Amino acid sequence: MFDSDFAYSFRKSPVAVASAIIALILVVAAVFAPWIAPHDPMDVASLSLLDSFKPPVGMPDADWSNVLGTDNQGRDVLSAIMYGMRISLLVGFLSVLFAIVVGIAFGLLAGYAGGITDTILMRIADVQLTFPSILTALLVDGVITAALPRTMRDALQIYVIIFAIGISLWPNFARTVRGSTLVERNKDYVMAARVIGVPSWRIMLSHVLPNVIGPVMVIGTLGLGLAIIAEATLSFLGVGLPPTAPSLGTLIRFGDDFLFSGQWWVTVFPGLTLILMVLAINLLGDWLRDALNPRLR
Amino acid sequence: MFGFIGSRLLQAIPVLMVVGFIAFALFAFVGDPVSILLGQDHTEAQRIALVHQLGLDQPFYVQYVKFLWTCLHGDFGVSYRLAQPVGSLLAERLPATLELAITASVLAFAIGVPMGVYTGIHRDSLLSRVFMVGSLMGVSLPTFLLGILLILCFSVALGWLPSFGRGPVVHVGSWWTTGFTSWAGIRALILPGITLGLFQMTLIMRLVRAEMLEVLRTDYIKFARARGLTNRSINFGHALKNTLVPVITIIGLQFGGIVGFSLVTETVFQWPGMGLLLVQSVAVADIPVMSAYLLLIALVFLLINLIVDLLYYAVDPRLRIGR
Repeated sequence: MFDSDFAYSFRKSPVAVASAIIALILVVAAVFAPWIAPHDPMDVASLSLLDSFKPPVGMPDADWSNVLGTDNQGRDVLSAIMYGMRISLLVGFLSVLFAIVVGIAFGLLAGYAGGITDTILMRIADVQLTFPSILTALLVDGVITAALPRTMRDALQIYVIIFAIGISLWPNFARTVRGSTLVERNKDYVMAARVIGVPSWRIMLSHVLPNVIGPVMVIGTLGLGLAIIAEATLSFLGVGLPPTAPSLGTLIRFGDDFLFSGQWWVTVFPGLTLILMVLAINLLGDWLRDALNPRLR
Repeated sequence: MFGFIGSRLLQAIPVLMVVGFIAFALFAFVGDPVSILLGQDHTEAQRIALVHQLGLDQPFYVQYVKFLWTCLHGDFGVSYRLAQPVGSLLAERLPATLELAITASVLAFAIGVPMGVYTGIHRDSLLSRVFMVGSLMGVSLPTFLLGILLILCFSVALGWLPSFGRGPVVHVGSWWTTGFTSWAGIRALILPGITLGLFQMTLIMRLVRAEMLEVLRTDYIKFARARGLTNRSINFGHALKNTLVPVITIIGLQFGGIVGFSLVTETVFQWPGMGLLLVQSVAVADIPVMSAYLLLIALVFLLINLIVDLLYYAVDPRLRIGR
């Protein structure tokens, strides 16, 4: 996949290069936040109410120690964003991974086995696809949270969210994998493997799977954007992660309360970061789709 | 025609049964209505009496059939949070959600279709490129963030439009309320309508554009040009008409999406609709509201799919002969 054609088409696309650079900067800022963030937003002892609502640089009364200003508790907005991105990216990445694993498993099974297995799995996927994914995620999240004992909710919330978002995204992957599997199933190498007595699960995993994984990468990239938005939306609605681990969506929800008192920076900067992150990922995904599609070359 | 509708309705029954089963399973396995209703102090005899009164000592399938039966009579149980019947809670919020969804759909259709036609005809013009880049932005912009930015712009900074609520509403009939009759009610609809409709608008625009590009290449368009018809008659009378079947499908299916997505918009604008009720109920694990919403939304989706199928007949005469 990373042959010279691929690298060439990447260099030739300024949009792809720019998106990749932006995505890289954001990921580095998120991953290394504990070492490079100017302040530690999780350290309650270092917060001072005297520092609350400092405006960002460029406005009167601003100073360079809080470039993007501070929130109502004197927390540095830039540092909070960097820590928030860690959680947003982590949840987004893990939920897409979960959706990919479930989608590949069901897609391979439906495409390879065919018959009644195929009908049942794809009917479920079809019904689920008619519902908006955010609704599925919200209901799954709500039901599991309700079923958990109250004392364990906060600790397990992050896994619940990953599961809920992953479940809401799996049909996209399953349908793509099933479609490619249907094509691969009738090829000679599968027949050859079957004739020499390779078990079905081995044919699926080590022969069919490598040949259907390409399109999964593309929708996986676009799915990452969707998952990040879904997590931010759930956190904004107040049913996502606990406030002790604020993601970008939680930061936006906190800031939303101060919109009318004039402290717009508390919500606008996390919001812009979220848009930038999703836009960069979507543009990369778009480019990847075009680059991997031989018909468009 | 009637046979077709009949078969669609028959197909809908198993789907509703399954969704009903999920809704029932929520009731039966999540949360414990007995302890919620009894509170802290109770004797074992009281508990057994209540279990018997609620029918919880009966076999599983009897409870399921009973659940479906009460749902068919519009009785969805009592909200744990608000201690009111769920049916009337949803009914009083339904008009708000539907008016918002209709406004958003109309906006998306009225702006998206002309934009799509324009970008389809003048595919390389500067304005088309602006529309296309804008539509990519529209897809990447989370709904709730768009709402916040609109509030910041038009309510906080400019002060032109209200940022929350429905404004004054007027009662129509026994239970419907509408905000369409007063200027303040319409003003309250503008920002939420745009927030909810923008995603659909970009989708419709891209779809109409793609279909227009496809149709404009066909022979009958060339023939129409050879006949010397005006551009307007070709573009709108011949080309646009033939793009409408997929567009109607998408708009129909997306209307369901709009009803689902409205829960985000309703939270941002504190719109007193079903979506806001659902979000508040999920936050405190109010199971009866969640399962009733699930049933209702499944019904809405099935109805929409049926209407979309019927609209095909109206738009595409070829389908009428075959069946």
